[in-house]
Amino acid sequence: MRAAVLLFPGLNREGDAMRALEQASGVKPILVWHAEHDLPAGTDLVVVPGGFSYGDYLRCGAIAGRANIMNAVRTHAERGGLVLGICNGFQILCESGLLPGVLMRNKDLKFVCRMQHLRVERNDTPFTNRYSRQQIIKVCVAHGEGNYVADPETIARLEGEGRVAFRYSDFNGNIGGEANCNGSINDIAGVYSERMNVLGMMPHPENLIDPMMGGIDGRGLFESLVRAPARAA
Amino acid sequence: MKARVTVTLKTGVLDPQGKAIEGALRSLALEGVDSVRQGKVFDLELSHEDPARAQAVLKDACEKLLANTVVENYRIEIL
Repeated sequence: MRAAVLLFPGLNREGDAMRALEQASGVKPILVWHAEHDLPAGTDLVVVPGGFSYGDYLRCGAIAGRANIMNAVRTHAERGGLVLGICNGFQILCESGLLPGVLMRNKDLKFVCRMQHLRVERNDTPFTNRYSRQQIIKVCVAHGEGNYVADPETIARLEGEGRVAFRYSDFNGNIGGEANCNGSINDIAGVYSERMNVLGMMPHPENLIDPMMGGIDGRGLFESLVRAPARAA
Repeated sequence: MKARVTVTLKTGVLDPQGKAIEGALRSLALEGVDSVRQGKVFDLELSHEDPARAQAVLKDACEKLLANTVVENYRIEIL
């Protein structure tokens, strides 16, 4: 699996994403600067990592979402190529129109930084084939703007088409309530594109890949991507 | 030509920052403040002479960047 990790000014999780990808695939990902017009030849997967691109100016992900490289990412996705956006990367994918909806300020205005359980909604996608359906995984969250919002028609479509990837849960698998760390509609922690080849998620699976960090539940996502057939033209 | 673009949250979209400001105003014992919604103002200088053209460019700017129309409305004023 050939992965390209995008770099915008202000991102800070690119190293974590690269470590997780290399651990799963054995191949070092290529770091791609935002001003580039093209992705490296043969890219299977584009990862937009977390951080604070452009200092979160205007809106989180708004400026990065319009960068040169995002046109290449759009073309890659249209060809069926895989795209993963984590945290600020999710915000960037929403702002660039690759995913529906928007991430608003957390409901209680607090930056939330903690371990977080998620329920894996389905395991028949390139991102989750190493998990079981409805599996509860422990990863972490670190964000101030993770409150997923979309109009009611969009939410109904996402739910109807099975495009919710993860929901916030507690360790017993109870969805929502206190487990919903930011007020997201329907406890949505991650969503897929229409063709299931683009995933955006607020939590950080790339930080739970080493027992030293308190768990390895994040590994499954990267190992799923390695197992997923390359579909990009 | 000068212009002002005002971006506000659509009705019904939760605005926790506005709520916090509303609470702060209440704590100042200011009377009659029923609610607060926070928005953004952009002051722009344009080289266009034709107001209609300027209006069109600004609409484009709002749709493409200044506002996220999923949750925000915008208003353009040519000053």
